[in-house]
Amino acid sequence: MNKQHDDKIVERLKQSIHPADFELQRDLWPQMLHRLQEHSAAVPWFDWALLAALALWLCLAPGTIPVLLYHL
Amino acid sequence: MPALEQQSDLLWQFAHGELDAFEALFREFQGQVYRWIVRMVRDPAVAEDLTIETFWRIHRAHARFDPQRSFAAWARRIATNVALDYLKMDHLKSARTQESLPEDVPAAAMPNPGVQRDIRERTARAFRQLPAKLQVTATLALIEEEPYKDIAEVLGISVGAVKLRVFRALRILRRKLRQMGIEP
Repeated sequence: MNKQHDDKIVERLKQSIHPADFELQRDLWPQMLHRLQEHSAAVPWFDWALLAALALWLCLAPGTIPVLLYHL
Repeated sequence: MPALEQQSDLLWQFAHGELDAFEALFREFQGQVYRWIVRMVRDPAVAEDLTIETFWRIHRAHARFDPQRSFAAWARRIATNVALDYLKMDHLKSARTQESLPEDVPAAAMPNPGVQRDIRERTARAFRQLPAKLQVTATLALIEEEPYKDIAEVLGISVGAVKLRVFRALRILRRKLRQMGIEP
C-alpha cells in the first residue's frame, strides 16, 4: 500500500517538476577572474589586526620606536 | 604529447597553484558544473553564481587536490556542497520572511487533464519546503533520475543512506500534501 502511495507521489512530483535541461549560455571566466582579482587584492583581517596592535603598542610605548627601527 | 598525459600535467599544475591550469580546467568544466548545479537549485541565474562559487572553492582548495584522482568528480562534489549551502540559506530566508519561493522550472504540459495546474504548483511548493538535504537527494533520484550510486558518491554517503533520504522525503511530502488537502 505504501509503495503504491509512494509511486503515486513520485508520479505527481514528476508532473509538477520537470527535469532541468539548461545549458550554460555564456563563458563565466571573466566573472571568475574578477572574483579572483577582488580577493587577491583584499588584505586579510588578521593582517589588519596585527597592524592595529602594532600601532597601539607604538602609541603606548613610543620609547620602543628606535628599538624597532634598529631591528628592522 | 598524449591527451591523458597532457590532462595529468594540467591537474598537477593546478594542484601547484598555477592560474593558467586553473583557467584551462575552468573552461573545460564550467558547463558540466553548471548543469549539475542547475539540476539541484533549478534556477539558471542562481546556478551561474553558484558555478563561480564552486570554482572559487576549488581554487582555494587546490593544494588539497590529488592529481591522481578525477577532477570532474571532485568538482561535482564541491558543487553539490555549494548547492546544499545555498538551499539551506534559501530555506532559512523563506522561513523568516514567510514568502513563497521562486517559481520552479515549469512542468511540461501533461497528457492527464485531471492534474490541475494548481495542484502541480502546490506539489512543487511542498517539495521545495523539504529540508535541503532531502530535497537535493530526492530531486536527483526522482526527478533527474540519477543512479543512486552516483548520488551517494557526490553526497559522500552510502547508497542505503540515499534510499533512506528519498524515503523520508516522500513521507514528509505525503504529509504536507495531505495537509494541503491533496491526496496522493
